[in-house]
Amino acid sequence: MTEKIPPDSVGLVEPQDMIVAAEFPLACGQSLPGYTLRYECYGQLNARRSNAILICHALSGDHHAAGYHRPDDRKPGWWDNMIGPGKPIDTRRFFVVCSNFLGSCKGSTGPASINPATGEPWGLDFPMVTVPDWVRTQVALSDHLGIEQWAAIIGGSLGGMQVLQWAIDYPERLRHAVVIAAAPKLSAQNIGFNEVCRQAILGDPNFHGGRYYQQGPGPRQGLALARMIGHITYLSDDAMGQKFGRETRGGKALSYGFDVDFEVESYLRYQGQRFVDQFDANSYLYITKALDYFDPAASHGGDLVATVARAKAQFLVISFSSDWRFAPERSREIVQALFRAGLEVSYAEIQSRHGHDSFLLPIPQYHRVMGAYLERIAKEQGL
Amino acid sequence: MSSALRPDLQIIADWIRPGSRVLDLGCGEGDLLDHLGREKQVKGYGIELDDEKVVVAMGRGLSVLQLDLDEGLRQFASNSVDTVVLSLTLQAVHFPRELLMEMLRVGREGIVTFPNMGHWRARWQLGVQGRMPMTDVLPHSWYDTPNIHLCSIDDFDALCHENQIVVQERQVLNDRRRSTAANRVWPNLLGELALYRCALRGPQENP
Repeated sequence: MTEKIPPDSVGLVEPQDMIVAAEFPLACGQSLPGYTLRYECYGQLNARRSNAILICHALSGDHHAAGYHRPDDRKPGWWDNMIGPGKPIDTRRFFVVCSNFLGSCKGSTGPASINPATGEPWGLDFPMVTVPDWVRTQVALSDHLGIEQWAAIIGGSLGGMQVLQWAIDYPERLRHAVVIAAAPKLSAQNIGFNEVCRQAILGDPNFHGGRYYQQGPGPRQGLALARMIGHITYLSDDAMGQKFGRETRGGKALSYGFDVDFEVESYLRYQGQRFVDQFDANSYLYITKALDYFDPAASHGGDLVATVARAKAQFLVISFSSDWRFAPERSREIVQALFRAGLEVSYAEIQSRHGHDSFLLPIPQYHRVMGAYLERIAKEQGL
Repeated sequence: MSSALRPDLQIIADWIRPGSRVLDLGCGEGDLLDHLGREKQVKGYGIELDDEKVVVAMGRGLSVLQLDLDEGLRQFASNSVDTVVLSLTLQAVHFPRELLMEMLRVGREGIVTFPNMGHWRARWQLGVQGRMPMTDVLPHSWYDTPNIHLCSIDDFDALCHENQIVVQERQVLNDRRRSTAANRVWPNLLGELALYRCALRGPQENP
């Protein structure tokens, strides 16, 4: 329980919904008969509407990026160390918006929402959503909020890919793009991990073809397993070694059985179980597919340089040395494409032991880079 | 930030055409790029490894890439910029010849500056005093110096000759950062700092 909300927090925040009644065509060829987009805002939009920053979240993230929903919340939003008064994304200067993407289970329309045609949850009848679809919903949100051009759009991991898509698809609507721990498309290994995660869910006897909402507990085991696999890929070998080594749980002797022996097993099981209570298995399926499908260069004959040449934003690309899910080499591919396309781009490679998860952590050099870059954005805008 | 550019950087700046595309290897806090951007409308990119310098250059609004020059320029496409600058950094990289050749592949021309180990003071310190030279441009002791590949002007000329590198322009500055008649006559003896503008001979010379 939070005793008192810290002074460098955005404080108590309330999610809002943008409800779109019009039919929304999707890249897959199907359409949604309307949708809800849940979002949060921090700070004040200035009169010129020139200080707005959009945050794009990652796979298991949501619109709750900073602050607290209730005074007794155990934890603040997922990027509270980055967003707030006096923090790198300083809410005394910037108006910060974070929206939850379609297909999620956190408030925006997704497979657990009610399909108006049947009156039942969509389940696997929910149409496939993609990163470009998400960008179009955020364009609608920009219009809804009266923001013609974002000072910056910022995101990590899947959120970083969304930022890249934004800059390519709507070049006039952002001045800066900050792409963190991302890749221009997933590798075979990345897709492989996602497929194993999906199979864990699809093969769970409680999955019932995705119609588990009304019957039984749902694919808890499968989703937990998917999360455990995912979690291993978010950490580095080194970070896991440092954190757990081969410590046995409670220092006990080996059991010579299949119960938890090692601390790392206990940790992964805990992470898996905790995730199951917060996340919908169908959403996990849809979002990992959106990741796999992400490949903005595909519609330009695979030419990433020609693809990003459409962009007009200035870029900051950040990677982390021990990230093997979206390794620094993947970020450098983006950097090289931007460089060859003649765009303004800066690149920082942050030394960190914490693997892909680093983008969520308050690593001093990472925050210095973000702070300096956002300071520059503020200066340009006279904020 | 100081408004006056260091004399050696000023010479480099004078060699660069307005509006061209420049890659500055080891750009530090970006003094040269900042100057080129403001005064010559140059589209500049810097490469710098040091965490703090990267943050400063980025904060100035420059395009700076945090990359390790010892890993080379493999990722950079051939002829992707007009000029590649390597200012007082050649002597600190692991593979100077490879980096020089890479520079001239990525840029249509290269500008290289380095401290001249043939300078009389360096010769005096090593030849007469019997100690490893330490000067203004080489202020480190032998055991903690980042400068691992030192050369003289004559050495560099030989390297260019052996590798089909055409020297288009050269300036040699004395220990007061001036170019005088004397060090134009005896550059390898009186020059403390050498500045070269060069390109590869052959078809790449004028793509």
